[in-house]
Amino acid sequence: MRVLRCSRISQVVRSATSVCFLALFLVPVVLTCSQPAHALPAFARKYGLRCSACHESWPMLNYFGQKFKDNGYQIMNDRDAPIWQNPGYWPVVFRITPIWHRVSTGKVEVDTYAGGQPTGGSAVQRISTSGFDLSGLDFHTAGTLEKNISFYLLPSSDPTGAFHFEQVFVRFDNILHSPWLNFKLGRFELDNLLSEKRILTLTGNGGIYQTYHFIPVGDANIYGQIGDNQLGIEYLGHSWNDRSRISASLVSSSDGNVNLTTGANSYSGFFAGSQAFDAGRLGVQRVGFYAMAGEAATYYLTSGGVPIGGSGIANKGYSREGFVGQFYFGPHVDLTVVTQHGSDNPWFGQGYGNAILTDGNGGTTATCSSPAPGCPLNNVPGTALPVGSQSPVWNGATFEGHYVYSPQLIFIARYEAERMSQQADGRNYVTTGANGVTGPTPSNFGNISTYTIGFRYNPFMTSRAGLAWHNEYNWLHQDGTGPSLGLSTANINTSEILMGLDFDF
Amino acid sequence: MPTRLRKWSLLLGAAAFLMLPLASRAQLTTYDLNTRIGMESHVGNITGHAKDAKGDYRRYCVVCHGELGDGNGEVATWIDTPMYAKPRDFQLGVFKCRSTPTGTLPTDQDLFDTIARGLDRSNMPQWSTFTKQERADLVAWVKHYSPRWATEKPGTPITIPAEPEVTPERIKAGRDVFARVQCWKCHGVAGMANGPSASTLTDDLGRPIAPFNFTDGTRPKCGDTDRDIYRIFMTGLDGTPMPSFADNIKPDEAWDLVFYLRTFMSQKSKEKEMAKQLGLKPVDPNAPAGQQ
Repeated sequence: MRVLRCSRISQVVRSATSVCFLALFLVPVVLTCSQPAHALPAFARKYGLRCSACHESWPMLNYFGQKFKDNGYQIMNDRDAPIWQNPGYWPVVFRITPIWHRVSTGKVEVDTYAGGQPTGGSAVQRISTSGFDLSGLDFHTAGTLEKNISFYLLPSSDPTGAFHFEQVFVRFDNILHSPWLNFKLGRFELDNLLSEKRILTLTGNGGIYQTYHFIPVGDANIYGQIGDNQLGIEYLGHSWNDRSRISASLVSSSDGNVNLTTGANSYSGFFAGSQAFDAGRLGVQRVGFYAMAGEAATYYLTSGGVPIGGSGIANKGYSREGFVGQFYFGPHVDLTVVTQHGSDNPWFGQGYGNAILTDGNGGTTATCSSPAPGCPLNNVPGTALPVGSQSPVWNGATFEGHYVYSPQLIFIARYEAERMSQQADGRNYVTTGANGVTGPTPSNFGNISTYTIGFRYNPFMTSRAGLAWHNEYNWLHQDGTGPSLGLSTANINTSEILMGLDFDF
Repeated sequence: MPTRLRKWSLLLGAAAFLMLPLASRAQLTTYDLNTRIGMESHVGNITGHAKDAKGDYRRYCVVCHGELGDGNGEVATWIDTPMYAKPRDFQLGVFKCRSTPTGTLPTDQDLFDTIARGLDRSNMPQWSTFTKQERADLVAWVKHYSPRWATEKPGTPITIPAEPEVTPERIKAGRDVFARVQCWKCHGVAGMANGPSASTLTDDLGRPIAPFNFTDGTRPKCGDTDRDIYRIFMTGLDGTPMPSFADNIKPDEAWDLVFYLRTFMSQKSKEKEMAKQLGLKPVDPNAPAGQQ
C-alpha cells in the first residue's frame, strides 16, 4: 500500500510545473515514504553504526556523535585501532553538492547609461540571478593511526577545483588513560558546540553562522572569527559520559591562514566549557560558555611601501564571549542558542589589522599598501587614530531549532541577530560612512538580521554512501551598508533559495 | 510397504508438529511484538515503557539488532566472529552480563547497566549518552522481543560477599583454583586466551567465539571491578562456553581467583606486585593433578 501511495504522489509531482508546488507535494512523499536511515561512509564502514547514531541529521552531530568525536573518533570498544580493521578499509569520504539556487540582492549600485553612453551617474537596482551550480568538493579522511592517536585530513576545493587544507590535525587521546587529557595539533575547528563545519544549511549567507563571523563595518580584525578553522593546539577534557566538557586552544592570530604571513608572533586563546543534564523524557540538555581573547598585529613593516608578510607588530587586543545552550524537548524538537558579546580594539575598528590580504583559502595574495584606494590600512609609525575613536562593541545571538521527524528528515529554522552597541567612531565624531552619509555613524549601522528555513531529506543511506535532498531559503538584512543615492534608508536585503543533492560516498 | 510408509508419515508428522513452536519463534512478526508493546522495566524509581523507546531503537540499535530484535540487522553480516561478537538475539532472552544465576533472566538493572557500559571487543558502544529514562525505556523495549519475560521472572541476584584483603596466600590459592577448574584450557596458562580449547570454542548458536585475553589491556565485557569479575565466575556468561562455577567454587575461592587473574592483567596492581615477589609460575598443565 505504501509503495502504491508513493507512486501516485510521484506522478503528481512529475506533472507539477512550479518549484514551490514540487516542494509542497514532496513533503508528504517524504513523510510517507521514509525508510530506515543507514550508516554513513567513513566511520559507518568501520563500526557498522548507522549515520543516525552519531548525527542528529548528517552532518550535524548528536550527543553520541559528539562523544565519539571527543574520544578521538573512537567508540572505545578496544577495537578502535586500525590494526583491527579489514586491510581493505580506507577511511575516506567524498562530499559535493550540485545545486540550483536563486540569489536576489537589493539596492545594488549600477551605472546608468543614456544614448549608449555612460552618464557618469548611478542608480540602485535589485539584482537577481539564478542557475545551476556546484559546491566545492571535500575529501574527508579521518580515524585512528593507533589506539588513542587520531587524525583528520580534509583537502577541500572551491567549485573551480582550487584546493586548500581545510582541516589537518593529529590528536593524542586519553593520555594516561584519562578522558580529561586530550591534545590536538594542527588546523581545526574551535570547540564550538554549534559546529559551523557541520551546519545543516548551504546558502551563501545561511551556510555560515553570522554570529561566528560578525565584524563591524570598517573593522579589519578578521582574526576573531570563531567559525573559521584555526591553526594551533587544543586541549580538551571530558567526563567518560561526556556530560562535562572543557577545552582550551592556543591559536595563531591568522584566521587559519598558513605560512605565517599573518598571525606571526601574535596568538589568541579560545576557551569553552559545558555541562549536560539528564532531563528525563525531554532528553539531555546542555549549557555552556565560550570565550576567545587574543591580539593581532596592526602594523606590518613595509618594503617599498608594501607590507612584508610575517613582520606584524603593534599587536592590539580583541575578545568574543558568550553562552551556548542545547535544549531538547522530547525526541523530535530541539533548540540551540548561542550568544556573543564582542569587542575590538579601536585600531581594528578604524580599519587596521588586516594589511596582508588573504585569499580566503588559507593563503595570502599579493599585497598592496595603504593609503592606496582599496588597500587595507597599516599602522605605520606616527599614525594616529581619529579623534573620538573607540572600541567597537556588539552583541549577537543565534537561535537554531530543528524538528526531527525521523533520522532521515529534518526541518530547520534559524534566526540570527547581530546588534552594534557601540560604533568605532565616537558619538561626536563626524565622518562620511560607507553609506555616503556624513555625520555620526548611526547606532544601528552594520546590524544584521537573518533567518533561514529549510529541510533535508535522506531518501536512503547505506554504509557506503549517503544522499540528502536539500531545500533552503535564507533572507538577510543589514542596516546602512547599501548605497544611499537619495533613498530614505540604505539597508541591504538579500535572499537566496537553494535546492540541491548533497551526497557523499 | 504401505505400513512402513504410514509409519514414516506418522513419524515425520509428529516431528513437524513438535517443531511448530520453533517455527513460530522464527516467524515472529510485528503483530507478536505489538502484543508485548506494553512491556515495562523498573530501574530504581524509574519506570521504562517499551513504546517510548521505538525511536531510539530505530536510530541507534536496529542496524545491528534488527527490526525484529533477532540480531540480524543490516550490518550483522559484516561483523566477523570471533574477533567481534555478533549482535545479541533479543528473541532468545539469553544474556551474558547478569547478576542472576545461570539460565535465568537478567534483572532490568543488569540490562540498564549493559546499555551504558557497552561491550568491549564488540560493536556495542557505551550508550552512556542516554538519559536514565531513555535507557529504562530501551530495557523495556529489549524485553518485549522475548516471550520469556511474559512467562518467567528474572532470577534473584547472587550475593557477593565483602571483598577480603589481598594476601600472597590468597593469590597462590587463586592459582590453585585456576588449575583445578581448568580455566587454562580456554584462557591459557598465562591468561593469553591461547589454551588448548581456545580455537574450538563456539557459542550456543554454533558461532566461533574467543576466550577473554587477560593480558592485552582490554576490559572484561561485564565490568572491570573485582566484584564484576567475581560475578562472572558465579553466574557464567550465558550463551557462551563460559559456565557458572557457582557449584564448584566457594565464595572465598572465587575471590582468590579474582586476585590471581589480576596478576595477568597489564594494569599495575598490588596483586601483580605480590605475584612478582612470590615468583609465582604459571600452572603446569602437564603436571599431575594437584601439583600443577
